[in-house]
Amino acid sequence: MWDYTDKVKDHFLRPRNVGELEGANAIGETGSLNCGDALKLFLKVNENERIVDATFMTFGCASAVASSSALTEIIKGMTLTEAAKLTNEDISDYLGGLPKEKMHCSVMGQAALRKAIANYRGIQILEKPGQVVCECFDVTDLEITDAVKKNGLKTTEDVTNYLKAGGGCGKCLDRIEELIESVNA
Amino acid sequence: MKIVYTDNNATTKVADEVIQEMLPYFGEFYGNPSSMHTFGDQTAKKIKEARQRVADLIHADPEEIVFTSCGTESDNSAVYSAINACPDKKHIITSNVEHPAVNNLFKLLKRTKGYRVTFVPVDKKGLLNLDVLYKSLSDDTALVSLMWANNETGVLFPIAEIAQKIREKGILFHTDAVQAAGKIPIDVRTSGVDMLSLSGHKIHAPKGVGVLYIRKGVKFSPFFIGGHQEKGRRGGTENSVSIIGLGKAAELAKAHLPVMDTEVRNLRDYLQNQLLEKIPSCSVNGDLEKRLPNTLSIGFDAVEGESILLMLDREGICASSGSACTSGSLDPSHVLMAMEVPFKSAHGSIRFSLSHYNTREEMDHIIAALVPVIERLRAMSPFWKDGKVV
Repeated sequence: MWDYTDKVKDHFLRPRNVGELEGANAIGETGSLNCGDALKLFLKVNENERIVDATFMTFGCASAVASSSALTEIIKGMTLTEAAKLTNEDISDYLGGLPKEKMHCSVMGQAALRKAIANYRGIQILEKPGQVVCECFDVTDLEITDAVKKNGLKTTEDVTNYLKAGGGCGKCLDRIEELIESVNA
Repeated sequence: MKIVYTDNNATTKVADEVIQEMLPYFGEFYGNPSSMHTFGDQTAKKIKEARQRVADLIHADPEEIVFTSCGTESDNSAVYSAINACPDKKHIITSNVEHPAVNNLFKLLKRTKGYRVTFVPVDKKGLLNLDVLYKSLSDDTALVSLMWANNETGVLFPIAEIAQKIREKGILFHTDAVQAAGKIPIDVRTSGVDMLSLSGHKIHAPKGVGVLYIRKGVKFSPFFIGGHQEKGRRGGTENSVSIIGLGKAAELAKAHLPVMDTEVRNLRDYLQNQLLEKIPSCSVNGDLEKRLPNTLSIGFDAVEGESILLMLDREGICASSGSACTSGSLDPSHVLMAMEVPFKSAHGSIRFSLSHYNTREEMDHIIAALVPVIERLRAMSPFWKDGKVV
């Protein structure tokens, strides 16, 4: 069984701010049914760019629900500029930490928040260079070869721990292995 | 809180009768069964009785029974023995839904020893593609290893039919019967397998003891090199206490087979039908007929397995899931993926595996608990709206 903190358990069993938010003017979605977790974040932002309300809908494990719940609690009252600086570690810290295999749940929170802010500002998030290899976590071949080179990664497991790539549906693991081999060749 | 234990494919309660049978051998009768004195021989005699009881469960000769430490050791021993027996053959066959004890070993042999491995696929019901299996047999094939019953779905492979075809070709055949033993009748004489693995803790014996059946006349090379124990087929002082417990468990399992086929099956069917009726958008994984009587794998659309399990845990209900988030890895169950179970229900698949200790009241408790759990999780799922998947 996962070693969840009491705070993770609490936010899983009594999640705060669940459901669609009426009058939301910023929405950020990340993840998918295929990879096993997904988060839809709703924000109500006032004329001073302050987040006056936030809710979520999440499909996923206990730590995904807890991370989403924590995220909404953290960002309520923040300005968008403040919220944009939030990292996945902030979400994890708020919950007293997450098991390392579950860190991607907090990454999902951060990603949904970035997308919601971009959505509010009407900014299109730019496509990253390279070809997407891991569709679950949106990681490209360039990002993978870069990480392999810089950190001397040897196995697909290393890549998953580093970039999350390959940690979802697993369909791209063969491709990741090829990329590791091409770098180390 | 009362525990409702429906995770019997993971492990089982050690039967009270088994504990009673073992107790004297923890304490008073600690002798080594190999010793040349009456004190040790008391243990040897009891092990002999256990060997007979295990043999009776699968209709084997006691001399064909080798005690090991677990199902995984039995599987590894069988596979290594088979490839050692035919060093010139470089092809081995298994299915793509095996337990890691076989699956990972085959992958290792492929990677490190250059074996050509055929992973025979299953269809959407989890049934083995026999066409692919038979067509892949060749003069170069050293071993075919296939599970009798799948641990996640309970789906059965037609082992007797397969074993016959494979033996006609002179190829060694091993079956991992860890999940089948004690749940359905097993007869090694009529099924004609060369080697068969089973595990004590799946049939109400303690953990740490397993069995490898090796048919008389099959060449065997030991995995553990050591003393003369088990007629030189498995070195190491016998785990006498657990072996004695396994003997009793095997005797009980044989007596309980009719109960499995009637009472346990009825409970499983009751649970299955009530859940299908009371919860929309859920479906059973695996063939409904060719399936163990105790196993129900059921997928709930648009929710995730770990969340379901942790909420059931609060009600004292023990089950397991094929979902990614419960195993240390993030990969979804390779069994459900091989069956092409759609992602929408694969991630929310829960396995209930029953034993004769379960009751109708317990099934009612599970049903009463699960309905609101699924409703609650769907209420927060972005993929569920107005009573259906979006």
